[in-house]
Amino acid sequence: MRGARHARWAAGAAAAALAAAACGGGASGGSGSGVLSSSWGDPQNPLEPSNTNEVQGGKVLDMVFRGLKHYNPKTGAAEDMLAEKIATSDSRNFTITVKDGWTFSNGEAVTAKSFVDAWNYGASLKNNQKNAYFFGYIEGYDKVHPATGTQTADTLSGLKVTGPRTFTVKLNQKFSTFPDTLGYTAFSPLPSAFFSDHAAWLKKPVGNGPYMIDSYTKGSMMSLRKWDGYPGTDKAQNGGVDLKVYTDNNTAYTDLMAGNLDLVDDVPAAQLKNVKADLGDRYISTPAGIIQTLAFPYYDPSWNKPGMEKVRTGLSMAINRDQITRTIFQKTRTPATDWTSPVLGADGGFKEGLCGDACTYNPDQAKKLIQEGGGLPGGQLRISYNADTGSHREWVDAVCNSINNALGNDRACVGNPFGTFADFRNQIGQHKMPGPFRAGWQMDYPLIQNFLQPLYYTNASSNDGKWSNKDFDQLVDRANAESDTAKAVGLFQQAEEVVRDNMAAIPLWYQNGSAGYSDRLSNVALNPFSVPVYNEIKVG
Amino acid sequence: MGRYVIRRLLQMIPVFLGATLLIFLMVNVMGDPIAGLCGERQCDTATAAQLRREFGLDKPVWQQYLTYMGNVFTGDFGTAFNGQKVTELMATAFPVTIRLTIVAILFEIVIGIVLGVVTGLRRGRPVDTSVLLLTLVVISVPTFVTGLLLQLLLGVEWGWVRPSVSPEAPFDELIVPGLVLASVSLAYVTRLTRTSIAENKRSDYVRTAVAKGLPRRRVITRHLLRNSLIPVVTFIGTDIGALMGGAIVTERIFNIHGVGFQLYQGILRQNTQTVVGFVTVLVLVFLVANLLVDLLYAVLDPRIRYA
Repeated sequence: MRGARHARWAAGAAAAALAAAACGGGASGGSGSGVLSSSWGDPQNPLEPSNTNEVQGGKVLDMVFRGLKHYNPKTGAAEDMLAEKIATSDSRNFTITVKDGWTFSNGEAVTAKSFVDAWNYGASLKNNQKNAYFFGYIEGYDKVHPATGTQTADTLSGLKVTGPRTFTVKLNQKFSTFPDTLGYTAFSPLPSAFFSDHAAWLKKPVGNGPYMIDSYTKGSMMSLRKWDGYPGTDKAQNGGVDLKVYTDNNTAYTDLMAGNLDLVDDVPAAQLKNVKADLGDRYISTPAGIIQTLAFPYYDPSWNKPGMEKVRTGLSMAINRDQITRTIFQKTRTPATDWTSPVLGADGGFKEGLCGDACTYNPDQAKKLIQEGGGLPGGQLRISYNADTGSHREWVDAVCNSINNALGNDRACVGNPFGTFADFRNQIGQHKMPGPFRAGWQMDYPLIQNFLQPLYYTNASSNDGKWSNKDFDQLVDRANAESDTAKAVGLFQQAEEVVRDNMAAIPLWYQNGSAGYSDRLSNVALNPFSVPVYNEIKVG
Repeated sequence: MGRYVIRRLLQMIPVFLGATLLIFLMVNVMGDPIAGLCGERQCDTATAAQLRREFGLDKPVWQQYLTYMGNVFTGDFGTAFNGQKVTELMATAFPVTIRLTIVAILFEIVIGIVLGVVTGLRRGRPVDTSVLLLTLVVISVPTFVTGLLLQLLLGVEWGWVRPSVSPEAPFDELIVPGLVLASVSLAYVTRLTRTSIAENKRSDYVRTAVAKGLPRRRVITRHLLRNSLIPVVTFIGTDIGALMGGAIVTERIFNIHGVGFQLYQGILRQNTQTVVGFVTVLVLVFLVANLLVDLLYAVLDPRIRYA
């Protein structure tokens, strides 16, 4: 009886393996190289370039689409991809020429119109695109996407097709680094099929990238195959990728261990202790453009009165970042010493140690500063976070512990958990935070501007604490108008110093992306967005 | 009998409405579902307002409930945030969970009842004691421990099964997850059957049957078991609903894309349409299972046949 049951299981496993092999082999289209399988999460939104703002959907779009620019997977620098030339004389009017010879995988040519139509679609309020604000710098955005009421125009007045391969962009303000933002997926071109049969396109998106979608079963699996006709230089080095949806990254890790999966791009926190022993060199952990901070509710007068900057700086000094990143995150995070990310590089604006003493653990000084500043509002600090994902509870407790130890009062700081991320976001949106709250920031594009303006500019899209400072705003405006990149970066860093002197938000740590892979794969790396560089992976 | 069935069906209506209203209120009270849609950043107000309008979230809750129920009766469960019809999600999730439930119920019936009968007939013997001890262990160990342990041993260490289930989730891949899902209920079924059998073994009709000289096999199956199964049938019947709704832990461990997975995603993303839709169907499953149990009573024991 026992033996019989074993045999049945074994048969089941064998059948499944056969099915998987058949699936992998059947569709690779004779490219000769193997197909790898990789863990995936169910995308939150329909897969449209201007509607995808989370990693899982972005991963697919990055394989299926190429835009005017592409971020170098190693350096993060914005390099020309479909752009032949982006010219400007005043940092406000841009003339863009699209390279010749590019097509979508359905054969349709990529023209200037493919871009202009896609951007107009993305900006239009009636399409509910969650990344619409990316087009907010283009003139006419307020007509196409008004803050209230209905739209009075369907197309952006700042976009004009001037030839089959050229178009012009007029911005509503000077923005010298605008071309460098064009590598973001929201700016991808779209084929006419997207507009003529939208529902069919959503079932099986068609793009112009190194991969095309072979089959897509929502919620469980997507098979991507190498597109042999891809004209770019970054052709896929493998036959394709099967993205499998996992509900739990622990299961994905178990599958990797059992040899059923080739690549896991999110090693679960619980496995970090064993991962080196399990995988050896096949575990990678590299810095990503993600920074965790603690933001403050400046709409609450008790957090916005004079002297509070001392309290905030004191709190920053009371946090032992080094110990927390070592013990809780097993060194997969690096203590932050500025408000950007190491992936920008020194030229891009990352300045190690810009925060200085304010981010160095110094419990005595911390206590002194907090007392000088008038003590904690209400006598107690409540750090809000969402408890559903990302092991936030552990580090919030650790941060509180660190603050309590520095102040010599074990009731000084407590965590304030929210059940779901949606609820947490909702309370932040309604300005109901009772104290500092967790604020993670994943960059949209590797520019120092992206780490500062959306978060700290007056009334900016992600300025959740409603911090406002004239000096900061002026410096950002000047930096955006500056056409010399090095000078612009310098001005942004000056703006960052304003953030430091006021301790607008406490920087905690930079986050690493992590991945583990099977011995079938080689040349696996993560890009600055912590997504595997799929097209460069070699199989076998 | 016919009138009884009709009465029971009519009773289901208020229960159904009450249960769906409750879950609808609970999901809506949790907060603004749109808030979490734009990732770490806040959705811009115009888009958020439009999404809210599109999903009908700008209307008062009672009106939302009425519209929702109106749509449900025409088979329209609304749209999830990723643009898929909730009915489409159900069509992929329910067959998988139903297969998993069938596997689990089969384990409960076959292993549970057999063990129950064996121990009930041999009360106090070593077999009885050891099975009792075993069920105690199974009941006290949480499902996720059993699940992860089996997954690690059978899937990774010994390589007998795949640690995760493929999207198609055929029956043979669901054997281990089904066993894990059934484990706790299985122990209860064993214990229930055992007690019931042991009690009825001393009853008059069994003694009569034995005295008539009926073969032992017939005494056990036709007389003893049939009368002892009533509490067990009740338990298994209500367990169908519990298994379908409560498979979240098992489905997560073995990466099964069933009802539990959809519910988990729905709750995490505060997706009202998905959560309410799935729960509505689960409530129906519960009600129907209960009805079937009550009808089965009448078959098992004519004395409790109504009207």
